[in-house]
Amino acid sequence: MPGSSSFTDFLAGAAPELLPSSPGSAVSMPHGTTIVAAAYADGVIMAGDRRATSGNLIANRDIEKVFAADDYVLVGIAGVAGLAIELVRLYQVELEHFEKIEGTQLTLDGKSNRLATMVRANLGVAMQGLVVVPLFAGYDVDQPDPAKAGRIFSYDPTGGRYPEQHYHSVGSGSLFARGALKKLWRPGLDRDAVVRVVVESLYDAADDDSATGGPDVTRGIYPVVMTATSSGAQRVGDDELGVVVRSILADRESRPGA
Amino acid sequence: MSMPFYASAEQIMRDRSEFARKGIARGRGAVVRTYADGIIFVTENPSSALHKVSEIYDRIGFAGVGKYNEYENLRVAGIRLADLRGYSYDRRDVTARGLANAYAQTLGAIFTEQQKPYEVEICVAEVGDTAENDQIYRLTYDGTIVDEPEFLVMGGQAETLTAEMKRVFVSGQGLSDALVATVAALGAVGGPDGTPRTLSATQLEVAVLDRTRGKRKFRRYSDTALTGLLAEVTPDTPNALDEDADTASDTDVSESAVE
Repeated sequence: MPGSSSFTDFLAGAAPELLPSSPGSAVSMPHGTTIVAAAYADGVIMAGDRRATSGNLIANRDIEKVFAADDYVLVGIAGVAGLAIELVRLYQVELEHFEKIEGTQLTLDGKSNRLATMVRANLGVAMQGLVVVPLFAGYDVDQPDPAKAGRIFSYDPTGGRYPEQHYHSVGSGSLFARGALKKLWRPGLDRDAVVRVVVESLYDAADDDSATGGPDVTRGIYPVVMTATSSGAQRVGDDELGVVVRSILADRESRPGA
Repeated sequence: MSMPFYASAEQIMRDRSEFARKGIARGRGAVVRTYADGIIFVTENPSSALHKVSEIYDRIGFAGVGKYNEYENLRVAGIRLADLRGYSYDRRDVTARGLANAYAQTLGAIFTEQQKPYEVEICVAEVGDTAENDQIYRLTYDGTIVDEPEFLVMGGQAETLTAEMKRVFVSGQGLSDALVATVAALGAVGGPDGTPRTLSATQLEVAVLDRTRGKRKFRRYSDTALTGLLAEVTPDTPNALDEDADTASDTDVSESAVE
């Protein structure tokens, strides 16, 4: 009999060992991050830096921490990388599984609630220090006005889900990124402007937080930037980001105090 | 004390087969066929909510005829199997062959062990990178599995429909030509006194596995997109339907994010 449409529930019954919340043997896993999200004229944008740290070491300099969970949902992750990436992978299957079985997508609120449940399921290992905190940004297809359709939700390790206005940031550098967003963000920004705003706020986070990586012009490693609009989720190309990063750097050169 | 009637195994199997066949033949037909860019599923289905055709995985689609609750059960089981396998290993490790084998085992077991066999016939199709790698599997109520090279017909009046499809099938046709030919074949059977029917977009359920699409190859065509496809046909196609030519120009058949 077809029971629940939730893949996670099915997995818990059929193969519980595959659940990302199953306790692993991880002790000092890579973590540290800044993720920012902001609403803009066409929907919502999310960006994340590329650094993973393990203690005082840089474990990885081109890790990706922002993902498209489906066509309209972006998820960024802060916390223990191994668990977090697995959580996103499960969440992606969860949304697709529901859509295929039910023949329709979950509503945006349904999707964000589902993520809260999955974070809460991780509470046990979070208590042992393996915390995963996602940031959710989605385009609400039921909202006719695209400027209002971009919505952001933040979470705490207990599965609390908090709707955020305009913009939000999570991770070790979020304090600095949020300060930058506070000055840079305006209502109704167009796409090019908002791309610059999120990249610049990540630059500020990397400036003051050692666990957040700045744009690496030498290697051509730029933040992962994705947008969710009525036409789906799209990643902003590295060529475009290269231009944005160089323009920010040139701008900062002229203002060394900034 | 009453003696139980003796029935030979042969007789029991024959009775079950007949029972299942009768149930399947009661419904409308469905056609799954190849076209230039992949595989099309075409069924007669006036309901836009209860589907006979569904996405299973990135490259895999499903079609079922017969009893709704039974093929729906199989469809959900297929999605679960595919998602579980893809999540445990990799998305590329989910194949139509593996899925069809699992269906064959399930249907075979139900046919012999249960009180009554499933009154369904299902199809599992996978679109490949090239036309040579397209796969269409037919699975019948007793677990028989057949690999069909070009097209497959299931459901009511399958024999007449198969003959009609053999007549109109051209390998490597474009999407709208292939669709119009198939819809005409579906309309050629089941009319009063054998007269052909004209099937409109609202009477059809159409979906494709299109190899040119992104990660998820499955796309449903409904309403305006389907009407547009049915109208937009090369002039010399013999089975062109009489659709208003004007509708072709203003129809959106471009890819949208979600179908």
